[in-house]
Amino acid sequence: MSSIIDFLINFLPGFVIALAVIIASAIVFPFLARRVLGFIGDRLGPNRVGPQGLFQPFADFLKLFIKEDVTPSQANWLLFLLAPAVALVTPMLTQVVIPFSENYTIAELNIGLIYLVAVGAFSVLGFLIAGWASNNKYSLVGGLRAAAQMISYEIPLILTIIIIALLTGSLSLNKVVGAQETVWFAAVQPLAFIIYVIAGVAELNRTPFDLPEAESELVSGYITEYGGMRFAFLYGLVEWGNVAVWAMAGSTLFLGGWRGPLFSSAFWLFLKGGIMVLVIIWFWATFPRLQIDQLMDFAWKILIPLSLINLAATSLFIVLWPDNFLLPTAIVSWSFIALFILFFPSLIRRILLNKRLKLLAQRRMTTIIHGTGKGGITS
Amino acid sequence: MSATEELTGPGQPVLRLEEMILNMGPQHPSTHGVLRLVLHLDGEQVISVEPMLGYLHRGFEKIAENRTYLQYLAMISRLDYLSGFFMEWSYVRSVEALMGLRVPKRAEYIRVIIGELNRIISHHIAYGDFLMNLGASTPFVWAFRDREDVYDLLEMVTGQRMMYNYMRVGGVRWDLPDEFEASCRKFLKEFPPRIDEYEKLVTENEIFLSRTLGMGIIKPYEALDYGISGPNARASGVDWDLRREVGYSVYPEFDFEVPLGQHGDCFDRYKCRIEEMRESTKIIEQALDSLCGGPVNLKLPPMLRPPAGEIYRAVETPRGEYGVYLVSNGGLRPWRLKLRDPTFSAISMIPKLTAGNKIADLVAIAGSLDLIMGGVDR
Repeated sequence: MSSIIDFLINFLPGFVIALAVIIASAIVFPFLARRVLGFIGDRLGPNRVGPQGLFQPFADFLKLFIKEDVTPSQANWLLFLLAPAVALVTPMLTQVVIPFSENYTIAELNIGLIYLVAVGAFSVLGFLIAGWASNNKYSLVGGLRAAAQMISYEIPLILTIIIIALLTGSLSLNKVVGAQETVWFAAVQPLAFIIYVIAGVAELNRTPFDLPEAESELVSGYITEYGGMRFAFLYGLVEWGNVAVWAMAGSTLFLGGWRGPLFSSAFWLFLKGGIMVLVIIWFWATFPRLQIDQLMDFAWKILIPLSLINLAATSLFIVLWPDNFLLPTAIVSWSFIALFILFFPSLIRRILLNKRLKLLAQRRMTTIIHGTGKGGITS
Repeated sequence: MSATEELTGPGQPVLRLEEMILNMGPQHPSTHGVLRLVLHLDGEQVISVEPMLGYLHRGFEKIAENRTYLQYLAMISRLDYLSGFFMEWSYVRSVEALMGLRVPKRAEYIRVIIGELNRIISHHIAYGDFLMNLGASTPFVWAFRDREDVYDLLEMVTGQRMMYNYMRVGGVRWDLPDEFEASCRKFLKEFPPRIDEYEKLVTENEIFLSRTLGMGIIKPYEALDYGISGPNARASGVDWDLRREVGYSVYPEFDFEVPLGQHGDCFDRYKCRIEEMRESTKIIEQALDSLCGGPVNLKLPPMLRPPAGEIYRAVETPRGEYGVYLVSNGGLRPWRLKLRDPTFSAISMIPKLTAGNKIADLVAIAGSLDLIMGGVDR
């Protein structure tokens, strides 16, 4: 009996906090996204329900919750039922190792980083189940896309997290925050931070990597057949919960976690996480979507080699200067970024133009056919 | 290895790989109305595409045989609903030619002004929808924001936002309102910087380039073979624009360029449309400058009786050559009316362009062709 009470005392607060974080993110972030997208698109966004439209997410959830719960007759009902629950496991479990403040972590593990990566890899399962169980071709393609994409982008994500482990010399997330007392790892390893952001956006299926739920191609990908409460579960809780966990993990790993000026508390963690989510929303408003093979190329030909080189360089510096490796690491990382910004756009453009010429040569282009006048060539 | 091949080995179970047949549309976010595409897929790869038409069939050609010439004007802008004014124009032009009417000069200028404004909003949709198909959300919203300004102008003149019913045989319905010229000039001053803004958001974006360069190439002679016209053909290097070649209405008076591409891919089609928006603003400006006084309409009896005969007249719509073939037996109603829609030709090109590409490319190509099903299924 006492063991059950012990268990509840240990278990319940963490469970409630984890759930609260996810529900809060499912309420705050969609609203934020819609207002920010509205701002960027030069329109208002939702502003009718409550002051400044603040109650809009509640109205949305209420609407979704009172809808009829439909299961497609040809779907595998058990898996169809389970998929949202399975998908919710990841955001619930991953955040238990993230330190909310100096002395509160839901579960303090000395292998927090490994736990983060291992449980994070679980997220693809829910989407794959949802895609398969719906018995819909759009869902199936969406689920398979999600699987391919999330597994590919996990590798650069893990490689950057290894760099953090190297810099800290520990796998505990509390130690990671402790190691950033003087300088954030985002300043020491900006390259790793940028790779973390890019690979994370791909992991979260957000624009420009939102292929699994590409609206213009696959209707809604693996969520196509889900409606009402289950849709709220999959789209609201799971997706935005994942975003929240990614943002909190990112601010813990790279932006100093709960540390901040004046006072140190969970406030700074949430603020930094919120800013990272704003970056995702900004991407959302700005970029078109990549194509599936370009997406894979980008992971395997650019991100993974880059993060491998970064990892090798960092390890080398740690071996060479065990006491003072931060400065050379920072120099190499920043110069990588400078090179990237200087040469990458023009390089990509040249590759693309060459590809275009090759395709044109395959389909022999003849001369321009003129009418009575002469038009001006635009491109 | 083909997708339907049976893989058999000694003592191995038979593994049958099948094509996946996917009905894309008629209810789908990116089929521009009610186009249904039957895709044969090998995973992500498109093996073949079959466009299915007819979900918006309303019998427009047959209805024309039961309406007087004036009555039918109210219907024709429902065909290609994004460039309704051009529909009216093409029809009115063929009736006028059959009757041998000379339209007053002022009416022609007004037609050009309204027509080019309509071209701008149509290209707005082309731009926004194309990028929506590529997964970008903001260009669509921006296009709709700026479209609103043009709609205000059109509403000021015609009283309607989409189905104008403003053309009449022998002119236009009524004169421009007094405040139109000032507001139109204001719009013309504000609009070119906004086109630059669109381009800044999209044209140099590496993801956009990687999706559109070399994608869906139409060769110039292919474009002619398939009867493709308008910006789709001009992007392939077919230097053909009815406004310049035929020089109908008062277009020969204006100085404008016909934007051409030389690769015929999605990017060139996009770029051609953007440049055409710029050219349209130039044309409107010149038309406003040379707007003369006089009547805007010929005094004609309400019941038109064109002489017996047949005629084909076309105008350059935002999507290409829209033709009206009209046969009259001297009665009150057309004996036969045949409409030629440029989008129909563009759709017939889709299977050839998309075979072997990915699903995402199919959507991009369909978006770059600027399909409107209202005119196709007439």
